[in-house]
Amino acid sequence: MLKYLRKYRLECVCAPLFKMLEALFDLLVPLVVASIIDRGILGGSAGHVWRMCGVLVALGLIGLAAAVTAQYFAAKAATGFAADVRHALFERLTALSFPDVDRVGVSAMITRMTSDVNQAQTGVNMALRLLLRSPFVVLGAMVMAFTIDARCALIFLAVIAALSAVVCAIMAVNIPMMQGVQRQLEAVLAATRENLTGARVIRAFRREDAQYQAFRAKNRELTSRQRRAGRVSALLNPVTYVLINAAVIVLVRQGALRVDAGALSTGAVVALYNYMSQILVELLKFASLTVTINKAWASWKRIASALALTPSITSPDAMESPVDPAAPAVRFDHVTFTYPGAASPALEDIDFAVAPGQTVGIIGGTGSGKSSLARLIPRFYEATAGTVSVDGVDVRSWPQVELRRRVGVVMQKASLFKGSIRDNLRWGRDDADDESLLRAAETAQALDVIEAKGGLSGEIEQNGGNLSGGQRQRLTIARALARRPEILILDDSASALDMATDARLRRAIADLDYRPTVFIISQRTASIMNADLILVLEDGRLAGKGAHAQLMESCPVYREIYDSQFRKEAAS
Amino acid sequence: MKRAKLFSGSQAATLRKVLKHIGRYRLLVFLSLALSAATVVLTLIVPILIGRAVDGIIGAGAVRFDVIWPLLRGIGICVALTALGQWVMNAVNNRITFDVVRDLREEALEHINRLPLSWIDGHPHGETVSRVIADADQFADGLLMGFTQLFSGVLTILFTLAFMFSQNALITLVVVAVTPLSMFVARFIATRTYAMFRLQSETRGEQTAFIDERLGGLKVVQAFGREAAETERFDEINDRLRDCSLKATFFSSLTNPCTRFVNSVVYALVALTGALTALMPGSAMTVGMLTAFLSYANQYTKPFNEISGVVTELQNAIACAGRLFELIEAPAQSPDLPGAEPLQAVQGQVDWRDVCFSYTPDRPLIEDFNLSVAPGRRVAIVGPTGCGKTTLINLLMRFYDPDSGTISVDGRDALTIPRRSLRAAYGMVLQETWLKAGTIRENIAMGRPNATDAEVVAAAKAAHAHSFIRRLPEGYDTVIGEDGGQLSQGQKQLLCISRVMLCGDGAATEEGLHLPPMLILDEATSSIDTRTELKIQSAFARMMKGRTSFIVAHRLSTIREADVILVMRDGHIVEQGNHESLLAQNGFYAELYNSQFAGAEQA
Repeated sequence: MLKYLRKYRLECVCAPLFKMLEALFDLLVPLVVASIIDRGILGGSAGHVWRMCGVLVALGLIGLAAAVTAQYFAAKAATGFAADVRHALFERLTALSFPDVDRVGVSAMITRMTSDVNQAQTGVNMALRLLLRSPFVVLGAMVMAFTIDARCALIFLAVIAALSAVVCAIMAVNIPMMQGVQRQLEAVLAATRENLTGARVIRAFRREDAQYQAFRAKNRELTSRQRRAGRVSALLNPVTYVLINAAVIVLVRQGALRVDAGALSTGAVVALYNYMSQILVELLKFASLTVTINKAWASWKRIASALALTPSITSPDAMESPVDPAAPAVRFDHVTFTYPGAASPALEDIDFAVAPGQTVGIIGGTGSGKSSLARLIPRFYEATAGTVSVDGVDVRSWPQVELRRRVGVVMQKASLFKGSIRDNLRWGRDDADDESLLRAAETAQALDVIEAKGGLSGEIEQNGGNLSGGQRQRLTIARALARRPEILILDDSASALDMATDARLRRAIADLDYRPTVFIISQRTASIMNADLILVLEDGRLAGKGAHAQLMESCPVYREIYDSQFRKEAAS
Repeated sequence: MKRAKLFSGSQAATLRKVLKHIGRYRLLVFLSLALSAATVVLTLIVPILIGRAVDGIIGAGAVRFDVIWPLLRGIGICVALTALGQWVMNAVNNRITFDVVRDLREEALEHINRLPLSWIDGHPHGETVSRVIADADQFADGLLMGFTQLFSGVLTILFTLAFMFSQNALITLVVVAVTPLSMFVARFIATRTYAMFRLQSETRGEQTAFIDERLGGLKVVQAFGREAAETERFDEINDRLRDCSLKATFFSSLTNPCTRFVNSVVYALVALTGALTALMPGSAMTVGMLTAFLSYANQYTKPFNEISGVVTELQNAIACAGRLFELIEAPAQSPDLPGAEPLQAVQGQVDWRDVCFSYTPDRPLIEDFNLSVAPGRRVAIVGPTGCGKTTLINLLMRFYDPDSGTISVDGRDALTIPRRSLRAAYGMVLQETWLKAGTIRENIAMGRPNATDAEVVAAAKAAHAHSFIRRLPEGYDTVIGEDGGQLSQGQKQLLCISRVMLCGDGAATEEGLHLPPMLILDEATSSIDTRTELKIQSAFARMMKGRTSFIVAHRLSTIREADVILVMRDGHIVEQGNHESLLAQNGFYAELYNSQFAGAEQA
């Protein structure tokens, strides 16, 4: 945390300093009032009263100036700190490797960058302004009390100790209870959400009443937890009030005895009483501040653990060995791959080679490892054993940027971004002109989508919200084609297209003039049966490889898949 | 009168609804207000008593202990009573707050289950959830706390004025003349910073949207090597946010020092007039009274500063309440006709007569649609993705009702059948696999909560889900989360099929299943591997035997075995007939068929 505050060293020192200056002037006020009483009223000097009231206003003014300066420095440090942390987080999170992203989870990452940073910003701001000020006023008031009368000041010592103990005790009991309330609130939230996302099923199965009862139970539990926590926190105000006023009573009593003994003036008693009031005000502020700081600290700990993440996959800055033009475009050499934390491998002993310009079809059941295989080519994940090489070079020897520039991937989940269609397609190639973008779109069967949105300048909403699933898929294919990749991977990316469009798309890709090596992953036999090489996966193993006709002869798994889709129907 | 100025017309309407909801707790509210008044008075008495005690401290050897001791005892009693009052009041306020929110949430959820699907489909779920959760909380905190603070603040001001006036009119006039200044300053700063805060929250929203997209699509960002470029764009927004956030934070944080300065001016003026009055010959003003006045000057200005904050908080709370009421008061679906008879022994005759339907009036979807399905027949619905196949499901299940025309079951207009009874007649499997958070068993027994273990297992077996469930760590008692947790898409699909096996009202089949008389099936496209799917197909086939079935079909076998095929395109039913007759028409169906299946058949 200090690392990010260091840039605002000056602000971080000045803000509390000026705050303390302001507090110092606050602390002088009771002394001035005491002087008005003793020398002005009891001493009978109107001139002194005028002068001292002038001093009070002057103290207020200087206090104002000091406070404004402090607020500025605090705001500057807090907002600057937050911006720097957000930048660092964004840079750090976007650099994470795929396995790390899976582990951390996107929604957690978003929370870190938004609400956690906001909490931390408020925390820094408040801490700079008040964290030193309140203890300073409390201690200062005590010191002042000691300068007035040491014996009366002992009362201060006792009450401050008692108050701190009470506030700490209440907080210590209350904070875990509040966390319990928070957790229960999340359960209520989940129950609410369930009734919206599952509205159709709930109604179809006539579970409305049961769902309501389940929600009600969770909601009631929340209320009872809130009440229990509330009962404890409701103690805070009355208890501090009693303690402070008990001290005041003792103080007046003690003061009266001291004045009677001639050791103290009436004005001094009033000053001591005023200091006591100041302590009360500051302690209450401090208590609410600790809640804010507590929250901010919890947020910061989450941010810090996100900032501490390091990408688990790293790559060299330059090519370590030259590209071999005669080598296969993609080669898997006895590759085994296990997802981090998984018990069994997703891919086992995969071995094949693809010549440049060939089309590869990958087919197999759910969870057979089709997507996993494709993800190893651009090194989104790292093979656990064996080597994956592109153009004859081990992917681990490729600089990541260089490798990914050659590979165009179209993922199962079609993500597009807010902005114009042109901006989105240019992700493929920054300097692409409209003509080449339109050519890519034509191949991707996406011209009608662009037309429907009013051309390349047509706006796409956040997450492609104004497009249908099929439209999104075609634009993501166009985006990958815009970079004219050497290797094109279509990971089940035509699933939302109707059969006719899918067929046209495959034809257009086969006709591309730059002849990329194409990987098509599909559940539909029809989509891959014309490929040069078909890889049949079952439970992470290669159950067969070869062309369609060959596999129909030799590979029972392939035949079974094929039959499930065609033959039986043709026979029936 | 004051309220009329503070809140606009719609806010006042919301306020009335809020008051109606609080009405149940009216006794508690009165108790809270009474306690609040009592504590305010007691708090104000204490400085006077202390002032009198100070007056008893005259000087060395002249302290009037006979006056001071009873006063100190009085102070002790006041303090004890105040503390007790505060504590009870806090407890009562908590009780009101928590209970009102609880009531509102329960009302909201009950209403959600009665809202038409069109409302649920038309409002982003996240937004609705935030109404029920965040808005309800904000409303509770803001409104109820605001009310009590406003009340005790106003009371403090009034009582302080009265007390001060009874003691010394001149000082009171000085205080009354100056304090509005602090409210004015606070208001001045608030209006100036409002625009800055709006800019800050807009920029924040823009940044959140950016982060949401980039991190949500992080894999794409990396696949295209866009990390640096996107960080640059992020920084541009980030810098803007920093700048406007600095302005908003700084200028709004001026309120406190400025009002505090006004307070110290008030304080100085009270000291000045008080001291000068005391100096006048024959004045009744004492040092003790001055002390009391000075502590009043502090107490009196505090509620002024708080009230300006409370007003914003109240307005915010009312805005939150407004959003919550919008949900609670959204028109519910039409109630079932009074005395509507439930369906008895359903045969499964379904007739569509001149049915017209559209989601939005300007885009007609289904027009004058007629179809008669005899009991036990199969209807396949085919067409490209997104062509509106689910619209038919929506109408059959009465998730939506037709604009005109009738859909009848066994000759009875569906609108005259209680929804629960109608829906009980259908078993539904949607492509979107929604499971509830809970155990596997609870999910399978969803339509038959008191199903025996044997029935649950039989259902799972019939859907080929038994073998994978058995391998789960806790078997049928494995708890799955909101989104199905660790289950694959295919496994979730199988569970959705299992639960249909038990959802009927009728007697058990020989396998111990309770199948409904009619089925609505949305065939899985890609999530189940083909061999598992073969097994499911056989289960489906068994399930459909003798049952009227509507199937959103993707597989040729399903399509060809259907008695009627409805071909949909862009939300319209463009063709209708059986496989042979549709092929003979050589229309859209023929095109669809040829592009996917024809080549395979020749192979």
